[in-house]
Amino acid sequence: MFDLLIVAATLVCALQAIRSPRLLMSALWLASASALTALLMYLLGAPEVAVIELSVGAGLVTVLFVFAINIAGEELPDLRALVPKPLAWLVAIGAMALGAWMAMPGLRTPAPALQQPPFAVVLWEQRTVDVLLQVVLIIGGVLGVLGLLGPGGAQAGKEKRS
Amino acid sequence: MTLSLPALVAVAVVGLLGIGLAGLLVTRNLIKVVVGMQVMVKGGMLAMVLAGHLCGQVQTGAALALTVIVADTIVSVVALAFAVQVRRRFGTLDLQALSTLRR
Repeated sequence: MFDLLIVAATLVCALQAIRSPRLLMSALWLASASALTALLMYLLGAPEVAVIELSVGAGLVTVLFVFAINIAGEELPDLRALVPKPLAWLVAIGAMALGAWMAMPGLRTPAPALQQPPFAVVLWEQRTVDVLLQVVLIIGGVLGVLGLLGPGGAQAGKEKRS
Repeated sequence: MTLSLPALVAVAVVGLLGIGLAGLLVTRNLIKVVVGMQVMVKGGMLAMVLAGHLCGQVQTGAALALTVIVADTIVSVVALAFAVQVRRRFGTLDLQALSTLRR
């Protein structure tokens, strides 16, 4: 019963994040969806990643969103979407039905109980390449943000434009 | 009839992916596009943990989900910086305005 409530609340929060007319409310709904996702991860038995999702997904990303909305401005006139709304929802519901159909057989197989080493060992010893990839991604992201927002970037763009 | 936790989480995964896709399709605002992408990535992340749970290898799924969290955060940071810069130069967040980038 509790699980059902969490799943329903997650979906409602995600839907509100998409539908909310104000950007700030949208970011806050996204944060609550993120927190509920973290709760589901905890229930599935992955508390470490749930904590990270809660702090990064619900905390850091929300702060960044609020920051960006502050700078970019709360501008959301009723722009007409490129795809008509009913068609978009039809495509999304079709994709959901297909996904559910494909996920169905996987749920029927019983879960074999496997003895696994703790999270830290799996992450640092078995998935070393992933950790390296994360480091590269973080460096790339920092360089990208510096290139976009750093001193000179905006100035150079303005000069070129004028 | 009561649904088991994996079945319920599978419903959440499919729902999040579908809602995110719909959000990407219906909006033209750059920041809303990032929101839709975030919703979709949350579905994918949850799917990885669920797959680990179903195979009895929760820790491997969690390690993969961690990579997804990092990648997703970086992507949204860069996308938001891009949105801010677009707003500065073009004065709008409308994706259509970017078509003037064409030469």
